[in-house]
Amino acid sequence: MIDAVIIDHAFILAGILFCLGLAGVLVRRNLVFVLISLEVMLNAAGLAFIAAGSAWGQPEGQIMFLAVVTLGAAEVAVGLGLTLLLFRRFNSVDIDQLNQLKG
Amino acid sequence: MTAAFIYSLMFYFTAAIAVLATLLMITRHNAVHALLYLIISSLSMAIIFYLLGAPFAAVLEVIIYAGAVMILFVFVVMMLNLGHKSVEQEAAWLPAKGWIVPSVLAALLLIVLIAGLGEPENLRGVHLVGVKEVGISLFGPYLLVVELASFLLMAGLVGAYHLARQTTPTPKFDDSGTSTSKTQGDEA
Repeated sequence: MIDAVIIDHAFILAGILFCLGLAGVLVRRNLVFVLISLEVMLNAAGLAFIAAGSAWGQPEGQIMFLAVVTLGAAEVAVGLGLTLLLFRRFNSVDIDQLNQLKG
Repeated sequence: MTAAFIYSLMFYFTAAIAVLATLLMITRHNAVHALLYLIISSLSMAIIFYLLGAPFAAVLEVIIYAGAVMILFVFVVMMLNLGHKSVEQEAAWLPAKGWIVPSVLAALLLIVLIAGLGEPENLRGVHLVGVKEVGISLFGPYLLVVELASFLLMAGLVGAYHLARQTTPTPKFDDSGTSTSKTQGDEA
């Protein structure tokens, strides 16, 4: 009986964490913080997959979580490479300096 | 009854820690402090995964998020070598009124997400899904996911190596527009 409420509240927790990460992505100007907030958003999506897999008792939730974690790891590796590139080029990690892609 | 009470108490306590750590993380000015709060958030998420009956995902969360991804972030923060100057810069970049519109937008999205959950009647109860079932399923019908994950990690590895590679101190083939402040960062 209590467990049923727990699943619903796990989805709500995933929503809260996703929105916190979204607020971080929108507010921060430092590219490192933007990447950290993106990690939080991916983590919240993984929590939703885990909660759904737990609700139906199927292993597919954890398999999709594995795919999300792999995506997050690849994303953060490439993103941090881009951060280093940005820092070498502009000597700053301000993403507002990336406004010169004007063709 | 008491076991269920302790279980739900653990869940809400850990969920409160996760939300609080994430809230503190997105408002820090120092990157290393934010990373410490991200570790706390990841560990509490691992406890929540364990409470939701997913021990394999809990172990992966600790190893990959609190371990590998955090090491990547720490390495990059170390290579960027941002000191006290950057903390003051961050404080200048984050005025209090800059938070208002993104917070309102995120809160609206949260309302929509929570309202969209509704009352699904057939999704009731926590089921334990152990490592054995996940492994059988992962290397059975979902073998393609393993292959795609290996492709993705290989592409990420090659891409990160190519992007972050230290080129010659004076890069020759660059576009003309942004060449003024280019060579300063190469020693860093």
